[in-house]
Amino acid sequence: MQYVLSVIADHTELATAGEMAAIDTFNERLRAQGYWVYANGLAEPSTATVVDGRGEEPVFTDGPFLESKEFLVGFWIIEAPNLDVALKLAVEGSKACNRKLELRPALVLEE
Amino acid sequence: MTDAREALTRTHHGEWARVVAALTRRFGDLDIAEEAAAAAFAIAVERWPVDGVPPNPGAWLTTTATRKAIDRIRRENKRETKQGEAQMMIDHESPEPPGAIDDDRLRLIFTCCHPALAMETRVALTLRMVGGLTLREIARAFLVQDAAMGQRITRAKAKIKAARIPYRVPAAEDIPARLSGVLAVLYLVFNEGYLATGPDTKPVRHDLTAEAIRLTRLVRALMPEDGEVIGLLALMLLTEARRSTRVSARGELVALEEQDRGAWNADRIAEGHELVRDRLAAGVAPGRYQILAAISAVHTSACNMRDTDWSQIVALYDQLARLDPSPIVALNRAIAVGELEGPGVALAVVDRLEHRLAGYHPFHAARAELLRRLGRSQESSAAYDRAIQLAGNTAEIAYLTRRRDQLR
Repeated sequence: MQYVLSVIADHTELATAGEMAAIDTFNERLRAQGYWVYANGLAEPSTATVVDGRGEEPVFTDGPFLESKEFLVGFWIIEAPNLDVALKLAVEGSKACNRKLELRPALVLEE
Repeated sequence: MTDAREALTRTHHGEWARVVAALTRRFGDLDIAEEAAAAAFAIAVERWPVDGVPPNPGAWLTTTATRKAIDRIRRENKRETKQGEAQMMIDHESPEPPGAIDDDRLRLIFTCCHPALAMETRVALTLRMVGGLTLREIARAFLVQDAAMGQRITRAKAKIKAARIPYRVPAAEDIPARLSGVLAVLYLVFNEGYLATGPDTKPVRHDLTAEAIRLTRLVRALMPEDGEVIGLLALMLLTEARRSTRVSARGELVALEEQDRGAWNADRIAEGHELVRDRLAAGVAPGRYQILAAISAVHTSACNMRDTDWSQIVALYDQLARLDPSPIVALNRAIAVGELEGPGVALAVVDRLEHRLAGYHPFHAARAELLRRLGRSQESSAAYDRAIQLAGNTAEIAYLTRRRDQLR
């Protein structure tokens, strides 16, 4: 089952060298133990564009969909058997990148 | 008739959690288990008075509930052609921690008290799934609308399923942290009963304290080796033993020094003392609940305030403060110091806690009491005012008001 770990921060500074090294070690462990699906950092919220393609003409809005003090700066997608395993990995991930995480299960699609 | 009703109550207490736990294990779904267990008990209410109580009521209920669950699953599968895959993770492999009895009810308890759920959700879910209280009873206990409580429980069940909170007893290395989460839920239920906070509730609610004790006894039966479970049970028993003397006929809180110690419940005290003695004899460093129980044991061993071994109590609070350096522990320690070394010494300590406890009514009540003993009536009266403003329990407000008015 997949879980998304969203990295939350109130600033857009890049990870320090120490944080980067810790993240690399954590990623290695995710890969080695079969939890890894994907991960990446995100450019700052001001670079976002909200797109609404439902109408006749697409509407583009400059900026993020929600202005907030804290925002998404990156994410992991992991594969874990249950929430207890995912929680432990999230604690490690949060330590590694030195930021808060939101852990959220992906929907399980019906067969 | 009466036999059937008694059997129903007894069976509900003894078997509810077992039925829900067994069905959750079998069907991997708390919602199905809860609904089927409730349906089985509803059938028992109708049938037992007419047909007689079955020879093995627990087995009868499990069989009936299992049939109900299978009916529901068939019905839903017919309606939706595809079966949802999302099911609770049943972990048959995980080894049980040492000292735990292999019982589905333990899985149920740990699942309901999972740290990924909000505290109030854990409390509600535990009372419903393990305690078997109805939605309405839980809603009334926590002064929320039935619909709101129903939603809280429904949301919790959905999260457990969608986020795949596993149905299992945690691994041995995680037990201390996870168990302390379970005990916190039980202690919160007990305290809400013992010092109800609502303006419209009775000051002491025996239904909640009794339920908390019953559930703690269950956890103890399932984890008989754990010292903190025993400590919490002893603490609850020794506190509950004083319940009938704690509120006067006029609905006013009675301070410890004015309580009729002869009316304390001797059986509960004896049981609590025995548990505390067993823990002392075990020679293992005690946790928070064991220390609190030991403090309660010192109080309940004395025939009055003066006879109380206050130096022992201060020593126990010292031990507690090392585990839990919170200002609340420091406040309680200071109150005991006041009995030993006088109100002046205690007040100096209490005053240093002000910046951290300014919003905590027992802080102001303790200050008011110390100031009163020092003859500083005006300051005492002001401290009582502040305590009254912040207190939520009706009996306590009545007590504080009388104490304040006596100063005038």
